[in-house]
Amino acid sequence: MPWTTVEVEKQDKFIIEDEDQSGRVISYKDALYEALDQSLERDSRVFVMGEGIDDIAGVFGTTRGLHEKYGGHRVFDTPIAENSLTGIAAGAAMAGLRPILVHARMDFLLLSFDQLVNHASKWSYMTGGEVSVPLVVRTISARGWGSGAQHSQCIQGMLMNVPGLKIAVPATPYDAKGLLVSSIIDNNPVLFVEHRWLYKTMGKVPDTLYSIPFGKGVVRRKGSDVTIAAISYMVIEALKAAQKLETENISVEVIDLRTIKPIDEDIIIESLAKTGRLIISDTGAKTGGAASEIAAIVAEKALDHLKKPITRVCCPDTPTPTSDVLEKAYYPDAETICNAVRELLK
Amino acid sequence: MVLDRDKLLDLYRIMLSIRKVELKIDSEYKKDEMKTPIHLSIGQEAVSAGVCINLDREDYVFGTHRSHAQYIAKGGDIKKMIAELYLRKTGCSFGRGGSMHLLAPEVGILGSTAIVGGSIPIGTGAALASKIAGDGKVTAVFFGDGAVDEGTFHESLNFAALKKLPVVYICENNEYAINSHHTSRHPKDNIYRWAEGYGMPSYQIDGNDVVKVTEYSGNAIDRCRAGEGPTFLECMTYRWKGHIGTVNDVGEGQRAQEEYDYWLSRCPIRWYANYLYDIGLLNKANENTINSEIDSMVNEAFDFAVKSPKPEARELMDFVYAR
Repeated sequence: MPWTTVEVEKQDKFIIEDEDQSGRVISYKDALYEALDQSLERDSRVFVMGEGIDDIAGVFGTTRGLHEKYGGHRVFDTPIAENSLTGIAAGAAMAGLRPILVHARMDFLLLSFDQLVNHASKWSYMTGGEVSVPLVVRTISARGWGSGAQHSQCIQGMLMNVPGLKIAVPATPYDAKGLLVSSIIDNNPVLFVEHRWLYKTMGKVPDTLYSIPFGKGVVRRKGSDVTIAAISYMVIEALKAAQKLETENISVEVIDLRTIKPIDEDIIIESLAKTGRLIISDTGAKTGGAASEIAAIVAEKALDHLKKPITRVCCPDTPTPTSDVLEKAYYPDAETICNAVRELLK
Repeated sequence: MVLDRDKLLDLYRIMLSIRKVELKIDSEYKKDEMKTPIHLSIGQEAVSAGVCINLDREDYVFGTHRSHAQYIAKGGDIKKMIAELYLRKTGCSFGRGGSMHLLAPEVGILGSTAIVGGSIPIGTGAALASKIAGDGKVTAVFFGDGAVDEGTFHESLNFAALKKLPVVYICENNEYAINSHHTSRHPKDNIYRWAEGYGMPSYQIDGNDVVKVTEYSGNAIDRCRAGEGPTFLECMTYRWKGHIGTVNDVGEGQRAQEEYDYWLSRCPIRWYANYLYDIGLLNKANENTINSEIDSMVNEAFDFAVKSPKPEARELMDFVYAR
């Protein structure tokens, strides 16, 4: 089995329970595929490019076969040139198309900062709103099986201080499809952050096209003792922690932020007004990241709600280790979150 | 290639417009009312004029920090350009771009960038869009000899050749990246050979000979329209002014006086005026008329700019996101 799938196959099929939602129960991976398929079908301006996207693996199954269905001119493989590809996608967006650029590893995104940060994200402002860049950059973070320091990074927090960029961090199949559609129809550059460990997550997904607004989080689980604001894959770990803590008569509210740029401040503050205790959990490094920004927002706008200091459950400030022993020490999981909750309630 | 009488005179008019606009900027800049970095193209007018005369209104042009010449040659509104240099609300970028970020979407100029090499992939992407959409447009990407040092140059040319994109790459080799001579940055004196290595027709031509630039770029654009893919043109030219602002960087420890004098003796506009005299298209009478028409146009543009309102502080956050 390829190393990229070993850890994913080991995951339980986590099922997102949502009684209000209609639709079939499908995986996060299939939801992404469906969003691409239906968007390509609906809008001839949409095209998808990236390293190896038309190969047999098809970006972990999310683009598999699309080149045959829509043609090699709309779904195609590229040279390995992340920075220029980002600029090429941005230029095509300026000229009226709706490109989707795929990085199979988020680490590769770092090669494209010049075009993403200096160009795509600033173009609307520099042109006084005359030329927009409706670009989607899909990036996928991995975790485990010795992925190591250059194949496992979650750098979304780094990009939160880039004006002009939007960042989506879907954690459920419903959001994966809806937010990808929202990203494609948005007139701005969007960084679409996926996590490999979410690919098997199951949930209800309508078979029709729908979108989800940016900047609107959702309460995934209601609770009254502690609020956990979670991002991307950490939503799943937070939900697992909440289930476990319920057996200890601890009631945890789990907020899935869905997008971190813009960020839903109200949903965090409203929950905090009830619980008074906040844990923020991100897949990225602790310092200067998404969790830090949320902590700052709460410090500015809702300090009075806090009964206890804020706790951040993120990755420590070290490059990702490769050894399985060190990996276990490095990654926060449901147990880390449970301990943080217990500590806050002491 | 045969250009008709009107086009031949247009080339003169365009080059002279670029020269006169920039000379006026040069003289007004010391008043510190244009509060933005400027990079003048004086001496390089033939490249933009020769290429853009072959482009249709809807074709795309992408430029750099030194883009005044392309903006004018492609038909951008000069009033809006000068207003942008004065950072006015009426400027082409509404005071958000300045001299380094000129644009005129109505004539295919979707923006220019101040990051060296930055416009090369973006222009390549516009050409990709034309190929995918089948809209028949051609993209011209302008950059200097400094930009070929960047990875984006190599990555983009490879991509464009691979995909047979309708794009013409125009390297204005003015020999210097700020003060660094191109032979101190490249092992050989033949940038166009790199492009050739990516599998596209590539030529090194006299960038001060507007007839030659027109001919070669015309052929390149025809190739694009016929679906034959990209072409690279290395246009040898020289900037008369220093890299930035209105400084003259000639003499002790800088560019050699002899080198500078040689290139001044090869003024692209004077050479072309003589050519037009020789073939009987220009005479004292129409030369005077053209000159005075351009002078009034330049004065009107500056007048419009200085009388225009500045953006207001409350507009600070406008345009960060597209609607």
